[in-house]
Amino acid sequence: MKQSIFEIKENISLCKNVMRMKLFGDTAAITAPGQFINIQLEGMYLRRPISVYDCDDECVTIIYKVVGKGTEAMSKMKIGEKLDVLTGLGNGYDTSVSGECVVVLGGGVGVPPLYMLTKQLISEGKKVSAILGFNTADEVFGEAEFAALGADVTVTTVDGSKGVKGFVTDALRDMDYTYFYTCGPEPMLKAVYKASKTEGQFSFEERMGCGFGACMGCTCETVTGYKRICKDGPVLLKEEILWKD
Amino acid sequence: MERLRVNLCGLDIDNPVIPASGTFGYGREFAELYDINVLGTFSFKGTTKDARYGNPTPRIAECERGMLNAVGLQNPGVHKVIEEELPNLKTIFNKKVMANVSGFAVEDYAYTCQMLDKEEQVGWLEVNISCPNVHGGGMSFGTSPEAAAEVTRAVKAVTTKPVIMKLSPNVTDIVAIAKACEEAGADGISLINTLFGMRIDLRTRRPILANKMGGFSGPAIFPVALRMVYQVASNVNIPIVGMGGVSTAEDVVEMMLAGATAVEVGAANLVDPYACRDIINDLPRVMDKYGIEKLSDIIGGVR
Repeated sequence: MKQSIFEIKENISLCKNVMRMKLFGDTAAITAPGQFINIQLEGMYLRRPISVYDCDDECVTIIYKVVGKGTEAMSKMKIGEKLDVLTGLGNGYDTSVSGECVVVLGGGVGVPPLYMLTKQLISEGKKVSAILGFNTADEVFGEAEFAALGADVTVTTVDGSKGVKGFVTDALRDMDYTYFYTCGPEPMLKAVYKASKTEGQFSFEERMGCGFGACMGCTCETVTGYKRICKDGPVLLKEEILWKD
Repeated sequence: MERLRVNLCGLDIDNPVIPASGTFGYGREFAELYDINVLGTFSFKGTTKDARYGNPTPRIAECERGMLNAVGLQNPGVHKVIEEELPNLKTIFNKKVMANVSGFAVEDYAYTCQMLDKEEQVGWLEVNISCPNVHGGGMSFGTSPEAAAEVTRAVKAVTTKPVIMKLSPNVTDIVAIAKACEEAGADGISLINTLFGMRIDLRTRRPILANKMGGFSGPAIFPVALRMVYQVASNVNIPIVGMGGVSTAEDVVEMMLAGATAVEVGAANLVDPYACRDIINDLPRVMDKYGIEKLSDIIGGVR
């Protein structure tokens, strides 16, 4: 983990309520896809944890949905403004166990962390199918970007206004794969858990206090004991998940 | 630095800044970031006789200038703390630690304190009779002078180290409770624990916290905490550890003027992991600005 100042180089709307922000600064602490950063915002007490979409030596890109006061404030920020950011938080996805033929499944703003993951999997010579799920066509983003990485992309929408009608699990059904990675709202994760035929990794979301393991604010119970979503997660292995209800 | 040194219940500490229980774990996460030996001491995560999972999530809610938590005393239990956390702590912290203890029965408090009292790394026992987030214990001991005194006596009977009773602000008369602890033999008082609060999500119309209510902390509570520290300090003759919304070196000085011998910093650690280190580094500048030679000179110095 590292605390440093980042400068906003881009903050644009991608589609309905979804924004992309590029932050320039020291990205050395970001070591795995699926990690997140924690952003301090003026007038907000707690930092805002946002997953990393992409990252290189000097720039971290995030894609966030405007859902509350914090993300609303972020959406109005201008190029050149500076942010106090904790980087390199969470365990991230482990790509070493995936085998050769991988599916990544994202739902809504669960899609972004899968981008950097897909990039890494493809750089390791693996074949990646990306299933990107949304409610409606006007919420869809990332299709071209995932395809440009070399992934085989399927978009699903609940209302059928774009791509396959239904949920990500509807697109998963007929696929052959050695492993999967997923991120999205909890009902989707549960459905993927049930529908998947192999082992895989799930990224979870929880309201956090600190984001670096100190406050026990985001603990969940797993097969292997209590885990802090922010520090021991956000990525959990399929076999260690205990659903709350 | 000599001018920052204070004496807390018979033990000298290099400076009065103490990360508060529940915001600093057992030190591991912060030791990855900086040398935690710059601290006076720290109060470790509230420890109970048996391991506890705590409350369901969400346990955290944002507030104006602060936050709510309903963690519910998640901890590995005193035996695991002694077997695993204290040996690890020895490798990252070479000073005495403040052992924060909670319980659900008077005997639990006594048992856990007795166990920790035997550990040479422990300098003080901070007895939490004020957790708002657990039922059938915690705060219920801190809301009546009789119950507070009973816990104090039970702990004092089985321990040798200074016992600091941590009080709840969620009471009508905090002075009466502080005095009851003092009369029962407490060596110090720490205050305040969090204020009992609540938030509701307008979209779902449900409380944000799964536990519905939780403890409010952060800069918003500083004036309330300062007032209570002042009231208690004016009415007891044992040292006070002041806390509640402290975020800056100025806040530390203000708490000490109100009567605190040492000052705990809580929520600030969660938003800025370097908060305590930075406050300590900033203290000499603030002392110079206000003509303070030694911090120990200003304890209770409000005119």
